[in-house]
Amino acid sequence: MQTPAPFEYERATSVEGAIATLQRIGPEARLIAGGHSLLPMMKLRLANPEYLIDINDLEEELSYVDERITEIRIGALTRHAELLESELLARRAPVFRDAEEVIADPVVRNRGTIGGSLCQADAAEDLSAVCAALKANVVLRGPDGERVIGMDGFYIGPFTTAVGADEMLTEVRIPLRSGAGSAHEKVERRAGDFAIAAVSAAVWIEGGVIADAGIALGALGPTTIIATRAEEALKGRPPSEELFSQAGEIAKEDCAPVPDGRGPVDYKRHLANVLTVRALRRATSRALQQEA
Amino acid sequence: MEVKITINGQEVSRDVEPRTLLVHFIRDTPGLTGTHWGCDTSNCGACVVLMDGKPVKSCTTLAAMCTGHEIRTVESLEQNGRLDPIQMGFHEKHGLHCGFCTPGMLMTTRALLNENPNPTEAEIRTAISGAICRCTGYKNIVSAVRWAAEQEAAMTSGSSGMKQEA
Repeated sequence: MQTPAPFEYERATSVEGAIATLQRIGPEARLIAGGHSLLPMMKLRLANPEYLIDINDLEEELSYVDERITEIRIGALTRHAELLESELLARRAPVFRDAEEVIADPVVRNRGTIGGSLCQADAAEDLSAVCAALKANVVLRGPDGERVIGMDGFYIGPFTTAVGADEMLTEVRIPLRSGAGSAHEKVERRAGDFAIAAVSAAVWIEGGVIADAGIALGALGPTTIIATRAEEALKGRPPSEELFSQAGEIAKEDCAPVPDGRGPVDYKRHLANVLTVRALRRATSRALQQEA
Repeated sequence: MEVKITINGQEVSRDVEPRTLLVHFIRDTPGLTGTHWGCDTSNCGACVVLMDGKPVKSCTTLAAMCTGHEIRTVESLEQNGRLDPIQMGFHEKHGLHCGFCTPGMLMTTRALLNENPNPTEAEIRTAISGAICRCTGYKNIVSAVRWAAEQEAAMTSGSSGMKQEA
């Protein structure tokens, strides 16, 4: 029987209260929402928090998908099922629906949250690639107020983020820019599994050229990898199959997969290439449809 | 700590360790052993129960998280000696063999029909993609859910009582 090691449990009644508890208990305290990443890790003793702060009651403060003029704001406690069903996200950032359709299974998606997914910092987790490709910012709230950081500075290492011991990720902000298209491509061994490899891509097309691009690779290195060189290669050029192939080749070179039960390195590098091309192709076609 | 959960309409409370998982609380406290404890890793779906009407995996939910919430287990499907149409569907279409996955399958597909009374085969297969059956190959489970959907449609369209297939 797998049971977590003993811990103390408290149910937060406000974000402020949860942060105060984090500050009081220190690094041995951990927030729990869906629990579908944390509890399995606790059962395996890969995580051993002494104090759990349950934030599931904070839906009023932390569960929403709101459109603002320049960005979409997503509360940290928004569940996968809600992200999947969001027509706003499907319209403005379709990469979300692509990914949510293949994250775990529908029952798990009723519990898991975007904040938990990002903070778990598992390199094979899909939403990390989605948010990195969209160049999202995250809001980290601590005892002294909020700070906003980009996804490019969020991952410190495997299962490690920039979130401080007394901070909570409260919101994800997706910038809205014109000419946007985005897509997620994933290869998995069976339904609901983590990716063998996954790629999120976003393009912003202005006047027939790619003004900006985001490419993030999942399960292809120790953390979610932002394929900066591939992004740069696209900028200022009109989209074409040849250009996507170049970006795919760069992604293949710049990823850092390890061999494991899901496949050998050369196969994963091959997927990095192919999935980058496919994600860019779909992202671009969506951007051009929106432009028309 | 005291955990107080409404299970199948009855309030159940007990002093348990915070690490107690919902699946064990359900099986040990009111003794409702219909909810099966399978893989323990949220992969197999045998432990699915409804939390406030939505299917969740009870092996990956703390009992403490459910205080103040309403849980429904497979034991709640039968009402007044009458099987739920989804149970009848699994019976009619041989949607089980060993029966281990069945409680989770029933609750997962009951929730599906509550949300979507007329699911396609693809929608059924997506809904049960987090539930593993090692006996049936899923074909009969899909048939069972379709059978239940058709029965329920016939019931709500005003025909009197349930129709039994010949």
